[in-house]
Amino acid sequence: MQDFKFLRPTSLAEAVKALGADSNAKLLAGGQSLLPVLKLNLAAPSALISLSAISQLGGIRREGGMLVIGAAATHAEVAASKDVKSAIPALSALAEQIGDAQVRNRGTLGGSVAHNDPSADYPAALLALNATIVTDRREIGADAFFTGMFETALAKDEIVTAVKFPIPARAGYAKFPNPASKYAIVGVMVAQGPGGVRVAVTGAASCVFRFEAAEKALAKHFGPDAVGKLDYPADDLLSDLHAAPDYRAHLVPVMTQRAVAAA
Amino acid sequence: MTAPNTAAPSIATSGIGAAVKRKEDVRFLTGKGRYVDDINLPGQLHAVLVRSPHAHAEIERLNIAAAQAAPGVVAIFTGADMAADKVGSLPCGWGITNRDGSPAIEPPHPPLAHGRVRHVGDPVAVVIADTKRRAQQAAELLAVEYDELPANVDTARALAEGTPQIWPQAAHNVCFDWELGNRAETAAAFEKARHIAKIDIVNQRMVTNAMEPRAAIADFNAASGDYTLYTTTQNPHVIRLLMGAFVLNIPEHKLRVVAPDVGGGFGAKIPHYAEEAILTWAAGKLARPIKWTSDRSEAFLSDTQGRDHVTHAELALDEHGKFLGMRVDTIANLGAYLSTFSTSIPTYLYGTVCAGCYATPAIYVNVRAVFTNTVPVDAARGAGRPEASFLVERLIDVAARQLGLDPVELRRKNFVRPNQFPYQTPVALQYDTGNYEATLKLALQKADYAGFPARRAAAKQRGKLRGIGVSTYIEACGLAPSAVVGSLGARAGLYESGQVRVHPTGSVTVYTGSHSHGQGHETTFAQIVSQYLGVPIDLVEVVHGDTSNVAFGMGTYGSRSLAVGGSAIVKALGKIIDKGKQIAAHLLEAGAGDITFENGKFTVAGTDRSKTFAEVALTAYVPHNFPHDRLEPGLDANAFYDPSNFTYPAGCHIVELEVDPDTGTVELSNVVAADDFGNIINPMIVEGQVHGGLAHGIGQALLENCVYDRDTGQLLTGSFLNYAMPRAADLPSFIVATETTACTHNPLGVKGCGEAGAIGVCPAVINAVVDALSEYGITHIDMPASPERVWRAIQTAQRRA
Repeated sequence: MQDFKFLRPTSLAEAVKALGADSNAKLLAGGQSLLPVLKLNLAAPSALISLSAISQLGGIRREGGMLVIGAAATHAEVAASKDVKSAIPALSALAEQIGDAQVRNRGTLGGSVAHNDPSADYPAALLALNATIVTDRREIGADAFFTGMFETALAKDEIVTAVKFPIPARAGYAKFPNPASKYAIVGVMVAQGPGGVRVAVTGAASCVFRFEAAEKALAKHFGPDAVGKLDYPADDLLSDLHAAPDYRAHLVPVMTQRAVAAA
Repeated sequence: MTAPNTAAPSIATSGIGAAVKRKEDVRFLTGKGRYVDDINLPGQLHAVLVRSPHAHAEIERLNIAAAQAAPGVVAIFTGADMAADKVGSLPCGWGITNRDGSPAIEPPHPPLAHGRVRHVGDPVAVVIADTKRRAQQAAELLAVEYDELPANVDTARALAEGTPQIWPQAAHNVCFDWELGNRAETAAAFEKARHIAKIDIVNQRMVTNAMEPRAAIADFNAASGDYTLYTTTQNPHVIRLLMGAFVLNIPEHKLRVVAPDVGGGFGAKIPHYAEEAILTWAAGKLARPIKWTSDRSEAFLSDTQGRDHVTHAELALDEHGKFLGMRVDTIANLGAYLSTFSTSIPTYLYGTVCAGCYATPAIYVNVRAVFTNTVPVDAARGAGRPEASFLVERLIDVAARQLGLDPVELRRKNFVRPNQFPYQTPVALQYDTGNYEATLKLALQKADYAGFPARRAAAKQRGKLRGIGVSTYIEACGLAPSAVVGSLGARAGLYESGQVRVHPTGSVTVYTGSHSHGQGHETTFAQIVSQYLGVPIDLVEVVHGDTSNVAFGMGTYGSRSLAVGGSAIVKALGKIIDKGKQIAAHLLEAGAGDITFENGKFTVAGTDRSKTFAEVALTAYVPHNFPHDRLEPGLDANAFYDPSNFTYPAGCHIVELEVDPDTGTVELSNVVAADDFGNIINPMIVEGQVHGGLAHGIGQALLENCVYDRDTGQLLTGSFLNYAMPRAADLPSFIVATETTACTHNPLGVKGCGEAGAIGVCPAVINAVVDALSEYGITHIDMPASPERVWRAIQTAQRRA
């Protein structure tokens, strides 16, 4: 690990300013992705800007037909929240499957969303639930937010403050975990919401994506049998020691079917 | 002075057979353990190893100038510096003889690579600075230029024409070509066979991954010339001997090796490692203590790894399913260098166990061991025996399926029967005792084997493929009779020492050459003392792990601590009791021959005249009236115990599981282990050891796999992100039970239990997976039976159908 400056601003404005002032600075939320990378010397930021002293980033609340979760909410908080359990139980279930207890106690929604790891669970939830990402300066729809592997629509000095989830009629998440890391090899979130059925897949490709054929089939008939026979092409899917592209492709409809069954 | 008032011993709750809670757990559970990394010496420096990023390369230039100038750097040493100081090669402890009578190739293993690096992680320099951080920063400034060479990491490919040569003296990368058993007789048995079952198996490479990474601190006292090494080892005396005599030329009396609390070993903390020699040598150079602690990434690249066999085997059977002969052809990967025990594992700890618990009359085993550009291979829980039991127990299942026989019945038909003991196998071992039918029967009952078809049918209704797998394994433990292993090439004896020191007030300190790194010796050994001397367990302290206070020791591996180390303590206890009788005889004015010792009391036979153990102990140290011409003061005895045979734990493991055909996921439904460990001292500790072993074996069967890139030789599974260790959630609650046939040749009648789980369960898991997949015509799947591998096997079978 290389030396770095450590900043702990107490306001969002201060954090944005610090981030804008140093192009090699990194935001530190729960640190569950960033700290291992630092320890392995795979990144050497000049400064870490901790978000832990900014009180407005926390909290989970219902606002009309929306569930609003602060960026600093930990996975454990989301998993245990009564509001989440009553509004979107599938989201609570998803949070409960992230990493292990230690990761869930430190890792945050905002950190996961901004990092956009291709195998992270939350991006599937945001995309399927048609969530809106709230930042220090604007709101961004999930469809426009996740732009590529570890890439998002966030500006260099932009900070995620909350995520707004429209409460769906029903939703389900099914995850096929990597046996070693427990990241998603394929994770599928299915939601039937105000805007129709949305199906989002994480882990399979370089970035979370919508499984449109499944969405169409489920719009006609929302049941596991509607998607079980679908095919998904293996082209452009990820490959690693635990799953080659054809296996991932096979798992996409299988996990979609299971997500529907869980919804 | 009067005898102290010690509580009456309660042997029922602390002696042999009692499930005493572990004495050592208070310190472990409250964070008070003292591991090597917890030790800090005044003025200590910190070492960081610079390791090769390449699998195979010439070191062209090594420029230390920039690193040397970095803040806090005290010294940088390279392989050239050590060579200039005539530092020796890390020795291999076992000489293997080739089929043609020539010795195995034993290439040099300099602690710091010199000239050429042979695996990713091979150390090339050590940077020593005043803090670890500064040592790390300086290490990054060390400029090493390499000229990369083609590499090979693949076991089977090592022998092929055109494969890169790791050592010039080892043609086709062969370290040795070894055989055991009678080739001609086995060939004749195959001539007569009605059926021949065949199997090709890969026993994959494992990373041992003890919870505590390796660490060492070396110190040198310039005034006395004494060296001290604190190290995470399973066998401190062995390290002292190997490093002192072969590498650094330091005589034993000037070298102290301490293995304090060690957080798991599993075989990877047996070998004498380069870092131990580098630190000790450098501490001498600098006359300052030096500390090194491996991180997990470094452990993946420098701890010895396990298994890594490619095997073809065949079983010949007659028309009734009786085994006529077995032949085994194995290629064993030893890595880039020979680690301490490396050569003995695929030979004498593997070939000798290929008989299993079956009366196969003719067996022939041929093992070719090869060098590759990988981390050296050494012991990993079971060491050779898991490879053998996996092979034998899989091959029998293949035969059963081929012949349409119940795999249980086929095993039963071929067991060595109780009336055949002692049973001489065709592969060198003589089994002293056992009852394989008893553990089989127990396991079948615990697993409700008879009810399986109904459970399979119910699973089918849920869309799951249910399978059941049986393994009736045997292992050779209690390493080992020195005469036997010596004749087979071991360069050491494998006895153990035990010293019992009774203090004036009747409390007892036991010094054992065994080492506990999680097994619970401090409790088990204390129970033995409690049983024999009748003192409460709280008055017994077990000391291990320090060459300065333990006479000698060969350490802990091969499930030897109790069978060999415990027996040495029993022998010393016998001497204590004999001496106590003499003292009691003196006090009671009787002949020593008339004194009996029972329940902590010395009694004149047939009278009520007695002395307590504490009274005798006190008198031993306050000998005011002693007949000094025939009785020495003191009550302290040391004993060495050399076993006359290996011990042979055996048993039956049954695994039931379900395969999800849509994903390939294997979910364990039930794991039953019915084992015969001989007599049991502490059933709770035994159960814990079995649980750990089962987790280890299930890890190999379903999850773990050490993978190197075939082209670059880079370790692809260099962290827990990619290397899948078993977690609690991957395992069901185990059902464990025991049957007992007491070992016939050690005083406790014990056999050992630490490795059984890892040895017995792998084939049961894979037999169950294959059983679940049998409707697709699948006859074998390699470990780990990962979801993708299972799914792919199903896809391939469906395409074939």
